[in-house]
Amino acid sequence: MIYMDHSATTPVDKRVLEFMLPYFGKKYGNASSLHSLGQEAKMALEEAREKVAKVINADPSEIYFTSGGTESNNFAIKGVAFADKNRGKHVIATKIEHDCTLNTCKWLEKIGFEVTYLDVDKYGLIDLGDLESSLRDDTIIVSILHANNEIGTVQDMDEIGKIVKESNAYLHTDAVQSVTKLPVDVKKTNLDMLSISSHKIFGPKGVGCLYIRKGVKIDPLVHGGGHERGLRSGTENVAGIVGFGEAMRIGEEERPKVMPRLQKLRDKIIDNVLKIDNTWLNGHPEKRLPINANFSFRFIEGESLVLLLDSKGIAASTGSACSSKSLKPSHVLIGIGLKPEDAHGSLRLTLGKDNTEKDVDYLLEVLPEVVSELRKMSPFKKDYGEFE
Amino acid sequence: MYTQKVVDHFMNPRNKGKLEDYDAVGKVGNPICGDVMYIYIKVNDNKIKNIGWETMGCAAAIATSSMITELAKGKTLEDAEKITKKDIADALDGLPPIKMHCSNLAADGLKKAIENYKNGVKK
Repeated sequence: MIYMDHSATTPVDKRVLEFMLPYFGKKYGNASSLHSLGQEAKMALEEAREKVAKVINADPSEIYFTSGGTESNNFAIKGVAFADKNRGKHVIATKIEHDCTLNTCKWLEKIGFEVTYLDVDKYGLIDLGDLESSLRDDTIIVSILHANNEIGTVQDMDEIGKIVKESNAYLHTDAVQSVTKLPVDVKKTNLDMLSISSHKIFGPKGVGCLYIRKGVKIDPLVHGGGHERGLRSGTENVAGIVGFGEAMRIGEEERPKVMPRLQKLRDKIIDNVLKIDNTWLNGHPEKRLPINANFSFRFIEGESLVLLLDSKGIAASTGSACSSKSLKPSHVLIGIGLKPEDAHGSLRLTLGKDNTEKDVDYLLEVLPEVVSELRKMSPFKKDYGEFE
Repeated sequence: MYTQKVVDHFMNPRNKGKLEDYDAVGKVGNPICGDVMYIYIKVNDNKIKNIGWETMGCAAAIATSSMITELAKGKTLEDAEKITKKDIADALDGLPPIKMHCSNLAADGLKKAIENYKNGVKK
């Protein structure tokens, strides 16, 4: 199987797995225990915290381990909303956030908060002037996805950071897709909070973290025995956290070598796929993740495309309604202005360090054939006729 | 998610393509929803002599298009009209519940084609 769905998840790096294994059967202590087994676990936990902090230029005391990206985004937004509700009830996000952010915001609206969802242009970028004029005295948090998980568009976080810094609001970013793919520096960008997920960076599933800048006023979501300095209770997932730390270290160390190579492969994919007629690239041509290519193919549907590719040994994904639980096409593709019929025919390819030029050549051999096969079956050849 | 039969009909669709010589066509679905099906029929002696299709849609949409051709071919128009969505799903050993309505359009497409045939409408 040629795996080109790394924005969905990644395999655990062999070195990460090796690093984790002792923490299941041998070094199984509870990091809260006083005995040496417990202290061994505690040390491992703190070592992982240092590794994570180093990658994003934070202090280890500002890293709070969680169960992953979804929890971290919930924690950041709800945590600030609850802690700061007397200061204001206004939240800003974008229309193309990940579902976990959007649904957190929608839930906050139900309990009396007001949310502004910023529009994006056809590439998926927000308008900085729009952000500036949406900020109010009672805005408590701005949450903006650093790199979009579907179309790969990378927001200008440094500029966003400068704007939000001048306001009363905290700035949170979901960096689940960008960490270890792009440089991330919480100080340079003036970030108050940042979410990371381990399984997107060749670490284990079920673990991640929220960076919370010292001094940010936030309530915990999970109350209990006071783990993670009282902000995230529950016995720590030591093996997972240790693996996450190692995955961060390796990912960042190898980034300067891996990402330029993958970007080259991505560009080869884009250049060649765009030779297929009635096809275009979704997302920004330059401001995009080095691993992401997202296309729309008119007159075909994405689920069929993904399943036919799967039968040829290529794993990819789509924003088609048929692939979703809601039967609605991707809100991101609709958000950048695609018509539903063109959102259905989308394909996302996301590369990882194990992908080779040979993989890309095979994809470029198979994909045009599969698209052509589906188009032969489609009633639409040049346009959508009476439906247009 | 899909049964072996759905996968088989999706991977090896039967009687695909527009009929060169057809008497009527039934067009159902909408590109906005992601599924559109055109069912073409050639009628001889009140029976479905030949049937073909063009479909834009998910695997379930393609498999149901393929399956209805097997169910309808050779049947009288009256019998062919009686083929239901459930008949097609059953013949495929079932469809995921979420696909029963949005993608299972073939029975509607065939009914529409037969109706058009009876009314003398070719397009």
